[in-house]
Amino acid sequence: MTLETVLFFLFAIVAAFSAVMMITRRNAVISALFLILNLAALAGLYLLLSAQFIAVAQVIVYAGAIMVLFLFVIMLLRPETEKKFMERNPKIKIFAFVIAGVIFIQIAYMIFFTNPSATAGSDVAASVQAGTIESIGRQLFTNYVLPFEAAGFLLLAATIGALVLAKKKFE
Amino acid sequence: MQIPIEYYLIVSAFMFVVGVAGVLTRRNAIVVFMSVELMLNSANLTMITFASFMGSSVGQLFVFFVMTVAAAEAAIGLAIIIAMFRNKLTVNIDEINILKW
Repeated sequence: MTLETVLFFLFAIVAAFSAVMMITRRNAVISALFLILNLAALAGLYLLLSAQFIAVAQVIVYAGAIMVLFLFVIMLLRPETEKKFMERNPKIKIFAFVIAGVIFIQIAYMIFFTNPSATAGSDVAASVQAGTIESIGRQLFTNYVLPFEAAGFLLLAATIGALVLAKKKFE
Repeated sequence: MQIPIEYYLIVSAFMFVVGVAGVLTRRNAIVVFMSVELMLNSANLTMITFASFMGSSVGQLFVFFVMTVAAAEAAIGLAIIIAMFRNKLTVNIDEINILKW
């Protein structure tokens, strides 16, 4: 077992475990903390996939900015712990898990049926080169400059929209 | 890169499915929203996986844009939740049913 395999299984198990813990904890703050753990584990998986820039952006944007926003709102809005959902209506829970299981089986079947590793190249040097900030930035400011500007405009619109929505009163 | 591509895809599929189950079972609007973020992230993992195995940086660019949209979506969604809380004093989605006929 190489270091890469060990790290992969470590990050994958942490990601899966924290995802399950996130949806099963009744306290919203604990859910948010487990989601942060999940996002950090995902950043580790991105590093294993030699996507360095995205891994850093994941930690800064998701685990940093977005989750701080979530925690802030949760603490602002008196996180009342949910009542035991299992006793109240077990049917929805069973339904949800059946749906989730069916979707998982479908996806897993498609993954193994199409056998992607037969055609996936594993050119390590090329993917390391593709993940650097230099190559991403070069793409971003040449071929994809219009989507980049649109993303900036979207963030501006989101800022204004959030301000208007959370204002004291609608006129 | 000796880990097969299927392993990453299965992790991603599992996270997506957990997100689906979270959206369907939880009743706290903020937790439902966090489950949606989980599903977005699993899609990101799939995209990074394929981009990395293809040795192309375009998939990573798309993940960058998805992160931008997710940030905008989180800001707007949480503002909507705050506005809802101000009207109904709850974030339980069973009690927020004014759009239900």
